[in-house]
Amino acid sequence: MRRRFQNVNFIDIVLWAMGLGILFLFIWGTIKGLQNPKYGPSDYANFVVLGIAQGSMYALIAIGYTLVYGVLFMINFAHGEFFMVGAMTSTVFIAIPLNETGFFDRQPLISLLLIMIVAMSTSMSIAVLTERIAYKPLRKAPRLVPLITAIGASFFWQYFFRGLFGSQVISFPEFAALKGSLSLFGLEILKSRLLVIIVTIVMLIGLQLFIMRTKTGKAIRAVAEDKDVAALMGIDVDRTITITFATGAAMAGVAAVLYTVVFRQVHYFMGFFPGLKAFTAAVLGGIGSIPGAAIGGLLLGIFESVGPSLFLEGLHIPAAHQLKDVIAFTMLVLVLIFRPQGIVGERLSEKKA
Amino acid sequence: MVKKLLLTLAIFVIASLALVACGGSEFVCEDALGCVTYEKGDPIRIASALVISGPNTDLGTDSQYGVEIAIDFQQEIMGHPIELQAEDDGCSAEGGQTAGQKIVADPSIVAVVGTSCSGAGVPMSKVISEAGYTMISPSNTAPSLTDPALHEAGYLRTAHNDKVQGKAMADYAYNVLGVRSAAAIHDGDPYTEGLARVFADSFEALGGTIVEFTAVNKGDTDMLPVLNAVAAAGPPEFIYYPVFTAEGGFLTKQAKEVPALQNTILAAADGMISDAAIEAVGDAGEGMYFSGPDLSFSGDTYEKFIAKYEEKYGKKPISVFHAHAFDAANMIFACIEKVGVDDNGALHIGRQALRDCLFATKDFQGITGNLTCDQYGDCADPKISVSQLQNGAYVRLWP
Amino acid sequence: MTKTTSQMLKEVIKLGLIAGLISLSLSVIGMVELFSKRELIAGIISLGQVFLFAPPIALGFMAAQKVAKEKKNLPLIFGAITGFFAAIPLIILIILESNFDLRQFLPNVSPALVDILTFSLDPIIGSLVLLVVTTVLGLAAAGMYLLPKHIQKPLANGIIYTLVIGLFSENLSERLRSFFGVGFVKILFDGKALNVVTAIILFILIVVLTVWWTRQGESVKARFTPKSAQEQKRNRRITLGAGVVFLLFLPLLLGTYLSEVTNNVLIYVLMGFGLNIVVGFAGLLDLGYVAFFAFGAYTMAILTSTSDLGVAGISFWLALPICVLVAVTAGVILGVPVLRMRGDYLAIVTLGFGEIIRILALSDLLKPYIGGAQGILQINKPIIFGIDLIKPDQFYYVVLTGVLIAAFVSWRLSESRLGRQWMALREDEDVAEAMGINLVATKLLAFGIGAGFSGLSGAIFASKLTSIFPHSFNLLVSINVLCLIIVGGMGSLPGVVVGALILVGLPELLREFAEYRMLMYGALLIVMMLSKPEGFWPSPVRKRELLAFKEQNDPTVVQEEG
Repeated sequence: MRRRFQNVNFIDIVLWAMGLGILFLFIWGTIKGLQNPKYGPSDYANFVVLGIAQGSMYALIAIGYTLVYGVLFMINFAHGEFFMVGAMTSTVFIAIPLNETGFFDRQPLISLLLIMIVAMSTSMSIAVLTERIAYKPLRKAPRLVPLITAIGASFFWQYFFRGLFGSQVISFPEFAALKGSLSLFGLEILKSRLLVIIVTIVMLIGLQLFIMRTKTGKAIRAVAEDKDVAALMGIDVDRTITITFATGAAMAGVAAVLYTVVFRQVHYFMGFFPGLKAFTAAVLGGIGSIPGAAIGGLLLGIFESVGPSLFLEGLHIPAAHQLKDVIAFTMLVLVLIFRPQGIVGERLSEKKA
Repeated sequence: MVKKLLLTLAIFVIASLALVACGGSEFVCEDALGCVTYEKGDPIRIASALVISGPNTDLGTDSQYGVEIAIDFQQEIMGHPIELQAEDDGCSAEGGQTAGQKIVADPSIVAVVGTSCSGAGVPMSKVISEAGYTMISPSNTAPSLTDPALHEAGYLRTAHNDKVQGKAMADYAYNVLGVRSAAAIHDGDPYTEGLARVFADSFEALGGTIVEFTAVNKGDTDMLPVLNAVAAAGPPEFIYYPVFTAEGGFLTKQAKEVPALQNTILAAADGMISDAAIEAVGDAGEGMYFSGPDLSFSGDTYEKFIAKYEEKYGKKPISVFHAHAFDAANMIFACIEKVGVDDNGALHIGRQALRDCLFATKDFQGITGNLTCDQYGDCADPKISVSQLQNGAYVRLWP
Repeated sequence: MTKTTSQMLKEVIKLGLIAGLISLSLSVIGMVELFSKRELIAGIISLGQVFLFAPPIALGFMAAQKVAKEKKNLPLIFGAITGFFAAIPLIILIILESNFDLRQFLPNVSPALVDILTFSLDPIIGSLVLLVVTTVLGLAAAGMYLLPKHIQKPLANGIIYTLVIGLFSENLSERLRSFFGVGFVKILFDGKALNVVTAIILFILIVVLTVWWTRQGESVKARFTPKSAQEQKRNRRITLGAGVVFLLFLPLLLGTYLSEVTNNVLIYVLMGFGLNIVVGFAGLLDLGYVAFFAFGAYTMAILTSTSDLGVAGISFWLALPICVLVAVTAGVILGVPVLRMRGDYLAIVTLGFGEIIRILALSDLLKPYIGGAQGILQINKPIIFGIDLIKPDQFYYVVLTGVLIAAFVSWRLSESRLGRQWMALREDEDVAEAMGINLVATKLLAFGIGAGFSGLSGAIFASKLTSIFPHSFNLLVSINVLCLIIVGGMGSLPGVVVGALILVGLPELLREFAEYRMLMYGALLIVMMLSKPEGFWPSPVRKRELLAFKEQNDPTVVQEEG
């Protein structure tokens, strides 16, 4: 017993030392960075806004991971592809034809709504289909098995849509109304980024209400808590799981529309990295928690945007922006060393984790 | 029953072997690397090893289309149709090596168009050269491949060495546009990294200042942080980002959203000379500069080529190296015609002779210019042109 | 009664439409058109046709199966109905394409595709012909179902295996050519496809073999089943001896290209053995395993390269142990921060480590030391007894040696005290700790040894390629290794080999699928996991557990698997 105790202590010390080391580097870099005359306060404010916009998209995608993880304890590796299919389908079938007919410029709001509906419904149907074929039969299988089918589904959809729409980059038309920037609190904020932030806030509040106030939301929470008991209470567990997938995918669909509006091009491979980042964000915030996904996403976005210019250039690292993913993942490790359950994640019971 | 069948099969085998033994021709191959022989009517087989899977697919698929169209135009050489064996280089060293091994396992393949990516080209050029085959890459640009110390005997390319293109762009920017401060951005790909570095070095050698040399990652979408950092560093008068369409599209569109970069001249390289790229940059790309082969190709071969491309694949070219691949394939065809020996309808091609012929290529009228190969396999027209995107079309400005 | 019939009718129509939608999807993404030029049996059937018509056949068969349980007299009709409805989505596509230009949305819906679907006829007549063809195929599939088992099985085997051989005919013909010459190959094959005559002979051969096996198989098996312990021992020795001889002479049989493929498979097997220790034995889900592969490869490169980046210029054999040591150290160091993390937290953090290592290798920051994007060139190949092991059939022995060592170590470890501690850890960390297992040491040993195998694999990989680039060390490698150990059967050493053959070897051989390779890979992963969740060659312990688990929890799962 004593031996074990000593061991644990020693490891704790090593972990803390590692954590503090990384933290020290961050702080040292920040101090150095702040002394760097290259960037002024308005630059940093700008970086933060950009980070929030990018982070909002991460957050919306991360919700899909978190919801599914909440009910099934599985990493839905294919979730990034649900985002991709929404973006690609709505671009090819709605945005581009509408733009050619000129309707896009005449009625931007209706166009946006149409695009949103198509993106969300495509994402949802692909998610439900995937769940039905690749996950549902494996409910009782060992936990790594659905992870593998999820990886398989991810490849499958990527290359399926590649075959469908071709391998080239497809451009999304620009909304004339979203060109330029607005002056807000003394800051120049791009209109498109503002749209992202507003839509995300609305969606997040809507989702929270849906989960907390509606009957279906209650069912999702019940299933997340305990499937067997939920079934005994008369909840259709399978249906609820399907709804969970659909909800997550709908959020990915919204993120897809925001992405296309802001970045204006789509590609079959576009879901992979945002998916990975969103997953990181979900874990960072505490997987299984919706506020966690939001916070994780935002933090990740901000750090990615501010980090390279602030700490890395402060440390005189060349081509700092190349290393922004290193910042993202290092931050993840740092947070998990000190808070193994994520930022706002509740301590999961040992069996769940 | 089984025994009988096996017996029949055995007889079948022996009979066929005997047939082969009897059917020998009188031609004696004296080539140092051996000969490829095609019987009467058999197709001449060339292979391609381009990236046709994974995120860089556009690059390889486009080049493969170029080779296919070259075959369609050529139709036949000395009475033999031409057949393409398409392999995937995976845009990686291991993919290139495996594709190379697969190609050299097939003695009926006479030459190779490939690879797409320099990383795949390094090990593959070794495999191909050691086996006595010859390859022409349409899009490898890494200087190391034709470096005198590292060059493999069977390796040629129709793409520009990064050294040439990077220097030309620096020249144009400094001398013609008259800019004195510039930034370069690459995406971690060996091609873009090499090109950006050569540009930066040449620009500094001319007396300009590189205010920022930085990089993004493949798959990045939000370029505003890096562009803001570039803007904060100068802002430079000129930004060179020799990347591919996806990242290039993001960089171009988002550069227009940075107020400090409104007067900065944007420039990219041949990785972004394609209709897909024009579409990707949209209005934001208006006035942007591109270094690359002369794409205002004079003559109507290119027009015919484009027409065929659209008819066959239902879209405009998705990348730029179709032209280089087309030229590479045609160089091979021309040399086969030159060194092929007709033997009562059968065709013999000496591998060394073919290789020598390819290295001796001089003033070959390709659609990427006048190709002349040097002893280390660099065949591209040494003239790099700079064009500008005007009203949605590339217009050649220089030289 | 009528109600059930109409219900069934509805179901069958649904099946037909599903079949049609699958065919439609394969057409729309371009597979049918691209592979219509790739003939399996010359002049008879192309791969594109297989893609197009396999769904109605398969689902026609299923429809017949479904109906036959309830009504004995309807399967044929229902099979035909399935086939009929399978044509509907395709016909809609034909009509749409001939009236609108779908190509601007879907680049693969080309006139050539319509040409294939309509058998080069006028759209309307062609559609009708297509309808007839799928209906007949559905009917035939149902008819096939109705055949007695002893006829059905040989026939099905004959058709399927002949087509599979046709699919692999490219590699097959290459091998045959090197043994028997071009003339022989020309008799059997027509280009890449099987000759009609060859196909018929093959078909008959397979049918006969299947019939023979179903009649005599039992007695043959019985003859080779050991009766006594002594015999069993002898048999095992013979198998082992034969296995060793087989492995030693394999390159002669395979030739250079297939040896190259084998080497690639073995490199993954080596990594698989390592990850198997981490995930399979100790239950620590590691998604960043490629990091150690990179450590091994870069160490080898820096130590042996003759370029400017090489520092030591030592030989392959001298560098090898150093590479392993570096990888083990890296494994332990990267293992420390994740000691407290469990399950999916561990997964994402290790994934992060993998990405961090790749990006650092790529970065301008480390470019002066490890080459950045331009990689490291001119890495030495191993030399043994003065022979440069350049060719894949020579290099094979280097990889094989590594794999055999790793297999032996893994096998000994799995039976050892440490192995049991890992398994205890996998089952329940808390209980294991309570039983007095030192979690820290056990976990770090798993990470360290696993990393060591991966480092060995990476070192061999670097020397095989003679040049390395950061792009070779991406996340897909980690994912691939994880997939192969689970597809093979977690915790099982033969499973790793089987998994690598399926997930690395097969895609290599099917290179001609090119852009559709990853699509097939994804589909394959899903299908394999659905049909064999325990893997192809599960370890006995795991099998027992799974079976017990299934019986306890859900009887239907067992039925579905059956």
